Amino acid sequence: MFPEAFKYSVAKSVNSAIKWLLNTHGSAFDSFSSGILSLLLWVQGILVSIPWWAYIAFIALMAWIATRKIIPVIVLAVLPIFIGMFGLWHLALETLALVITSVVIALAIGIPMGVLMAEARYFAEFIKPVLDAMQTMPSFVYLIPAMMLFGLGKVPAVIATLIYALPPVMRLTCLGLQQVPRPVQEAALAYGATRWQLLKEVRIPLAMPSILAGVNQTTMMALAMVVIASMIGARGLGQEVLMAINRIDVGRGFEAGISIVIMGIVIDRITQGLAKRWDPNRK
Amino acid sequence: MAENVIDVKELWKVYSKKDIDLNVEDEEMVESLDKSSDSVVAVRDVTFSVKPGEVFIVMGLSGSGKSTLIRCLLRLVDISWGSVTINGQDVTAMNKKELTEFRRNQAAMVFQHYGLLPHRTVIENVAFGLKLRGIPKKERRERARETLNIVGLEQWGDYYPASLSGGMRQRVGIARALVADTPLLLMDEPFSGLDPLIRREMQDELVRIQEELHKTIFFVTHDLDEAMRLGDRMAVMRNGEIVQIGRPPEVFANPADDYVARFVQDKRDEIRKTDEQMAALAAQSEKAGTPDVS
Ligand SMILES: Nc1ncnc2c1ncn2[C@@H]1O[C@H](COP(=O)(O)OP(=O)(O)OP(=O)(O)O)[C@@H](O)[C@H]1O
Ligand SMILES: [Mg+2]
Repeated sequence: MFPEAFKYSVAKSVNSAIKWLLNTHGSAFDSFSSGILSLLLWVQGILVSIPWWAYIAFIALMAWIATRKIIPVIVLAVLPIFIGMFGLWHLALETLALVITSVVIALAIGIPMGVLMAEARYFAEFIKPVLDAMQTMPSFVYLIPAMMLFGLGKVPAVIATLIYALPPVMRLTCLGLQQVPRPVQEAALAYGATRWQLLKEVRIPLAMPSILAGVNQTTMMALAMVVIASMIGARGLGQEVLMAINRIDVGRGFEAGISIVIMGIVIDRITQGLAKRWDPNRK
Repeated sequence: MAENVIDVKELWKVYSKKDIDLNVEDEEMVESLDKSSDSVVAVRDVTFSVKPGEVFIVMGLSGSGKSTLIRCLLRLVDISWGSVTINGQDVTAMNKKELTEFRRNQAAMVFQHYGLLPHRTVIENVAFGLKLRGIPKKERRERARETLNIVGLEQWGDYYPASLSGGMRQRVGIARALVADTPLLLMDEPFSGLDPLIRREMQDELVRIQEELHKTIFFVTHDLDEAMRLGDRMAVMRNGEIVQIGRPPEVFANPADDYVARFVQDKRDEIRKTDEQMAALAAQSEKAGTPDVS
């Protein structure tokens, strides 16, 4: 057994740190919280005001741009209709709003951070274990403090989704930049590229497939988070799943689950297809 | 104004895993670097100069430091010791901004593996150096188009490099260097990835371009043929050192040491072998009467 004498617990200090944050900076968290909430509600308002057939048309168009094949277009455009038939359309839009908001924030933070990781080695060394922690920490562990700090509902769900979904886009942005071939970079430098020009003209465009793969993964992970997020009061499809589980209503849970899967497939195929179109090596 | 386009004095380049501050007067230090497996002395005490309008060839076996030397001229690698002066400007002493300006205006480089941007069309690749300088789009496209004419790729401007053959890609690389309109061209084994026929063609083309434009050309190769065809003067490198400098026929006739002799010997053997083969062929066809050419 591990010797008693070495026993030491940080649980108390973590608890009091959270309490201290709440007491002294509570209002800062509140205003941050309402900022995210209004962004989220704004996105949701727009999504709700769009008629259902416009979504189908949009998906068909994007699928066409991404794949240029008729069968994927039909399949991807028909699948979402099932969500509507199950009577889950509105809930799906709430989930979509949550996913879009989280992903937009995640990209706005993650892509610049990924660039920074690739440019500054020490920063990368420091941030990598943090990313590992973000990905392996069971989400309930930070779900509770997020709820304490940001209140119940959608905002802690966005925060928790961010924590969970941010690492892939950071990693893949960094990886993409590091994988840009040396000779191409050297040629750009030899013609007098500054560091910024090198980044903008050569490294970021060539890292684009990897960055877009990161966007894709981040989106999928955000979607995977919605069921968990519903446990702290985020509505949407996740809540439907949760309720069905509570009532042991397998059929209802199945409908909601399938709806999440459909959203996942549609988003995944479209973003992947766009990423492939972008790949400079395919031209 | 300096008389020479390139003036290299006592140049050393050490690749090292550790940070070292090379002092070549410290003999112990140099000796320990030679022994250490953490460091490679890639260029060792190299001194030479190149006059305006000259085609200067650097030859040597793989790993003898040719690419490192050409990189030092643009300071694409940090210089460990000595000085590089180009068109009277001390490259070694430049700060970042001066270095960027220098690379934009004084020298253009052609790479062995082309170094083209795969996400840009041929014409955008050619115009890339001009874009970095901030020349407006219309003007740089026009100039790039003119230069594509020179290298015979006028219809290929809107293709991506991936759809071009090796020879064509290298022509794009050459066009990119020419359009920069710099007095000095640096070429690192530009033709060694090409098959012999195309290589011939490209060499002829370079000779033609040189007759037209009169650049100063610093040209790395490990092909003696190429050196003889193109070079006004040549330097032979071994293990980072220059072992002989002279006009190619002189080097061919009077190799300075065993290493150069062996280098040249291969060529002599080759010539002898082809002569013998030709003779054998001739004898054979004589025996067979009229050769069958179907
Ligand atoms: N970035 C680097 N880091 C460490 N060592 C290097 C590096 N680049 C080159 N070297 C070493 O320096 C020496 C000279 O290399 P260099 O590329 O200049 O040779 P080269 O004459 O151009 O050869 P090749 O004909 O194969 O192109 C070699 O021993 C090589 O291993
Ligand atoms: Mg080389």
